Amino acid sequence: MDKVKIGTCWLDGCSGCHMSLLDIDEGIVAVLKKADIVFGPLVDAQEWPEGVDVALIEGAVSSQDDLKLALAARSRSKVVVALGDCAVTGNVPSMRNGIPVRKLLERVYVEGATERPGTDRPGVPTDGVPALLKQAEPLHSAIKVDIHVPGCPPKPDAILFVVGELLEGREPDLGSKLRFG
Amino acid sequence: MTEKVKVRIDGEVIAATPGQTILEVARANGKYIPALCYMEGLSAVGACRLCMVEVSGNARLLPACTTPVQEGLAVTTISPQLHSYRKIALELLFAERNHTCAVCVSSGHCELQALAQDHGITYIRYPYNFPKLAVDTTHPRYVLDHNRCILCSRCVRTCAEIEGAHVWDIAGRGIGSRLVSELQRPWGEATSCTSCGKCVQACPTGAMAEKGWGAEEMTKQRTVVSRLSTMREGA
Repeated sequence: MDKVKIGTCWLDGCSGCHMSLLDIDEGIVAVLKKADIVFGPLVDAQEWPEGVDVALIEGAVSSQDDLKLALAARSRSKVVVALGDCAVTGNVPSMRNGIPVRKLLERVYVEGATERPGTDRPGVPTDGVPALLKQAEPLHSAIKVDIHVPGCPPKPDAILFVVGELLEGREPDLGSKLRFG
Repeated sequence: MTEKVKVRIDGEVIAATPGQTILEVARANGKYIPALCYMEGLSAVGACRLCMVEVSGNARLLPACTTPVQEGLAVTTISPQLHSYRKIALELLFAERNHTCAVCVSSGHCELQALAQDHGITYIRYPYNFPKLAVDTTHPRYVLDHNRCILCSRCVRTCAEIEGAHVWDIAGRGIGSRLVSELQRPWGEATSCTSCGKCVQACPTGAMAEKGWGAEEMTKQRTVVSRLSTMREGA
């Protein structure tokens, strides 16, 4: 039997959910007997590959790049899991949503910058960084999400349960197992 | 002794005192009806709509906290329809403001969060409103974070009915409604505030908190208001 393909990525998040994923400790051995991790911060692939079975997506959709990656993951994956509070609710990244993007960037990169003698006047970076979207939104506002796993971060046990159920071809019933938010 | 009335709650016949509400009778008999704006010892206002129940002969759902019992009343407190409506009410509370549980002092001890969990909520189906709301830190000991206020008015009633100071009120209408101290004065400048902190203890979420706590750190004394009310009844 072919191995199940798992892809992971983090959008606007802190990588904490990926840390929690690594925190499943020896559970990863059982997972990797049945699955390959084919995309994510832990592997080398540059493009979200075709034919992924399970996509674990951390983080809110906050920039053009986030949106592009989320759309690619959706179109090339069977099951999409919103992993953690940022993907589920917008969480901390969405706390910027009450502030217009231009004002936000000015505040951080211009007003908030310390000028050092001999350096250029600080400005809003544009090269090599993706443009921010108007608001940081939960994943399901951008793409169809099949399973939501709240938590900041979700407990390793919860992640292992979800992945385990999906590997067995069952839909994980999180119901009241998780704390919301 | 007052004449009792017989009511049926989820099929069980219960003797109740006239004047009691459905919620009071249900809770006194070990039946759970969820509620956020209700607090024992305060007047009931029917604001949160979580205690909606089915009452025989009524096409509409009725709030259990404000509906008095009467002879022969038959009440259903849980059904798939009620569950789905309560879920909607909870989700709309989350969508309306910025609760951001991960950085909230009350996370893990929050009544709204606990009810979301009880109702199997894993995400909010409605688009978030993401309003820009203020945090009032002017009081030396307490903080009011409008992002987490669900307008249950437990603080308003606690201050008016238990402390007798009536610092708080709800101003505005609909989605523009805001909790205000005195007449829109910052909390720290509200001269009628006695700094007793009972509003903070009554608050079901992290909207009102003591200063100095980090995320998940603040637990509230939920029974303080009800206890004071009971003690005064006996006086």
